Amino acid sequence: MAQVSLRKIVKMYEGDVQAVKGIDLEIEDHEFVVLVGPSGCGKSTTLRMIAGLEEISSGDIAIGGTVVNDIPPRDRDIAMVFQNYALYPHMSVFDNMAFGLTLRKFPKAEIKRRVDEAARILDITPLLDRKPKALSGGQRQRVAMGRAIVRDPKVFLFDEPLSNLDAKLRVQMRTEIKKVHQTVRTTTVYVTHDQVEAMTLADRVVVMNQGLIEQVGPPQELYHHPATRFVAGFIGSPAMNFLPARVENGAVHLPGGAVLPIPEARRARYAGAPGMDLLFGIRPEHLTDHRPGLPNRADITITPEVIEPMGMETLAHFHLGEARDCCARLEPTVLAEPNVPIVLSADMNNMHLLDAKSGRVL
Amino acid sequence: MSADTLSVDTRLAPQPGTGSLRRFTRRRSTIAFLMTLPLLLVIVCLVAYPAAYGVYLSTLNRTMERSIGLGNFEILFDTDTFWNVVWQSCIFAITAVIAKALIGFWLAHMLHHIPTKGQRKWRGMLLVPWVIPPALSTLGWWWMYDPSYSSINYLISIVGAPPVPWLGEPIWARAAIIIVNVWVGAPFFMIMYLAALKSVPEQLYEAAAIDGATGFQRLRYVTVPMMANIISITVLFSLIVTFANYDIVRVLTNGGPRDLTHVFASYAFQVGILSGNIPRGAAVSLFMLPILAVCAFFVLRGVTRRNKEQM
Ligand SMILES: Nc1ncnc2c1ncn2[C@@H]1O[C@H](COP(=O)(O)OP(=O)(O)O)[C@@H](O)[C@H]1O
Ligand SMILES: [Mg+2]
Repeated sequence: MAQVSLRKIVKMYEGDVQAVKGIDLEIEDHEFVVLVGPSGCGKSTTLRMIAGLEEISSGDIAIGGTVVNDIPPRDRDIAMVFQNYALYPHMSVFDNMAFGLTLRKFPKAEIKRRVDEAARILDITPLLDRKPKALSGGQRQRVAMGRAIVRDPKVFLFDEPLSNLDAKLRVQMRTEIKKVHQTVRTTTVYVTHDQVEAMTLADRVVVMNQGLIEQVGPPQELYHHPATRFVAGFIGSPAMNFLPARVENGAVHLPGGAVLPIPEARRARYAGAPGMDLLFGIRPEHLTDHRPGLPNRADITITPEVIEPMGMETLAHFHLGEARDCCARLEPTVLAEPNVPIVLSADMNNMHLLDAKSGRVL
Repeated sequence: MSADTLSVDTRLAPQPGTGSLRRFTRRRSTIAFLMTLPLLLVIVCLVAYPAAYGVYLSTLNRTMERSIGLGNFEILFDTDTFWNVVWQSCIFAITAVIAKALIGFWLAHMLHHIPTKGQRKWRGMLLVPWVIPPALSTLGWWWMYDPSYSSINYLISIVGAPPVPWLGEPIWARAAIIIVNVWVGAPFFMIMYLAALKSVPEQLYEAAAIDGATGFQRLRYVTVPMMANIISITVLFSLIVTFANYDIVRVLTNGGPRDLTHVFASYAFQVGILSGNIPRGAAVSLFMLPILAVCAFFVLRGVTRRNKEQM
């Protein structure tokens, strides 16, 4: 088990494609870190550089204190789970899991002990004699994880391991992965484009965008204190609403004339805001139906275009001035109808103000 | 598929009356049969009939007037030349196929690791020996093998070694035949293996590299097992073709010296056509059949088994 350090990592592909543009990241021992970001932002490239499958153009990667830039994958003592599992089709499940140990000349009895143990943890003992072809997607996923676990490596690397599973199985395997990590405690770097996966699994989430790290932090921190517009919009579903705004006299002025007073506690923070071009950011869950009497609430009247009853809540989609695709989450008991104006209540304790130009959260 | 057609049959069969002919022609099994008919005809005309005729021929006497049962085989089994041909054919085919497979594998690997653009050029050039008609290219080799005036011995003389009587000594003549056969046949292996190499998912190599495999171990535990089917089918196919090889022996040595380099096909030609004993020539060719049938049985069984398990 070990820490992983990335120092000023850059990756240039042939043809001057700069996939990773200088990343610094310290991953602690036993930590579960998730790299999340839209497709093409350089997550896989970063992970593959840690694995040694991709050369590092500049910078250093250290695993357990040793710089591994020039060490081939087989000597880095890492294990990786691929999106399409990459099981050896000609080997049985047992042999697939035992392969790494066999190559490292472990005694037969030890191999058997470890494979049986991993199979028990993953609940695949009855499958050990089968070939991968005879397994379902979820079972293959478990075997791929088993192959990583038996090695007892310094670091686990996962590259979108759940993307090929259907929605239900994905949720199930997500829990499974978390359980396994709580059991074996191996340092883990996990890549996904799914922010829900990132939030649920990670000790710390690394949000990446266009080859750079936008923000690093525990899931709750990213949710409550996003540093940039990108993170604010990426974390959370449905995504945060952004409305063009001005600040005057301690209140946020929205297009359409709504005036939302800023809570006392936040006044100092937004002292520099008046006169700036701003975006008012508020998550759908903080934009709910009218509830008189709650502190630090402000009312906005909107006209929903589409109402989506979800059962436990109802989503109302609307637009306000220039801002399209806004969303609010209502109690299911609220009788909202499309094209009938409704008064919403914004939870101003959870509002954000962003600099419209730089995208920085104030 | 067969279960499917079966169910269609049972549904349609118990409906006699008007339009039953039309219904008959519309059945899936009927259409399937009609569409395979041309192929069946070709197989019957070009494979089944000649094979059966060959069997029939081999039971006749020299003048083809009466049947002598297995007499031709009995006579053959008593001659040393025939057993010599059996040995020579087996050694020739097995050595040549192994050499072709190894060289083809090596070439395929080299090609696989050069970038696509240069790869096409090299692939084209390396295929040349395979696309020239072998009778012509063998003639070229025949010149090169000439003991006193030609290139191979000249090169050997540069090294300082004595000239080699390529086609004069049985041992060298056998080697010469194998070399030409390998030269002609290796590109076929190369192109098959190249296709197979390209179909091995890159991620398997990456997984193996992370699992701790060295380059050689990746070859041994990933590449070769993943290519096993292509390898065995190509070997089987080549074994059949090489066993039945005729032109190279005919052009290079014509079976000599002292009938020691004959293979089945050239010997069958000599006995059947040149010496005019067609039934005995047929018997010689037929002797290949059981040998190849046994090979084919094991190879195809392996292929089926692997297909069932892996694909
Ligand atoms: N082998 C490659 N050659 C050239 N460009 C590549 C290669 N692999 C990835 N890229 C580019 O690098 C960028 C990052 O890719 P990747 O790390 O796979 O993104 P992600 O995993 O976040 O979706 C993309 O723009 C992609 O097109
Ligand atoms: Mg990726």
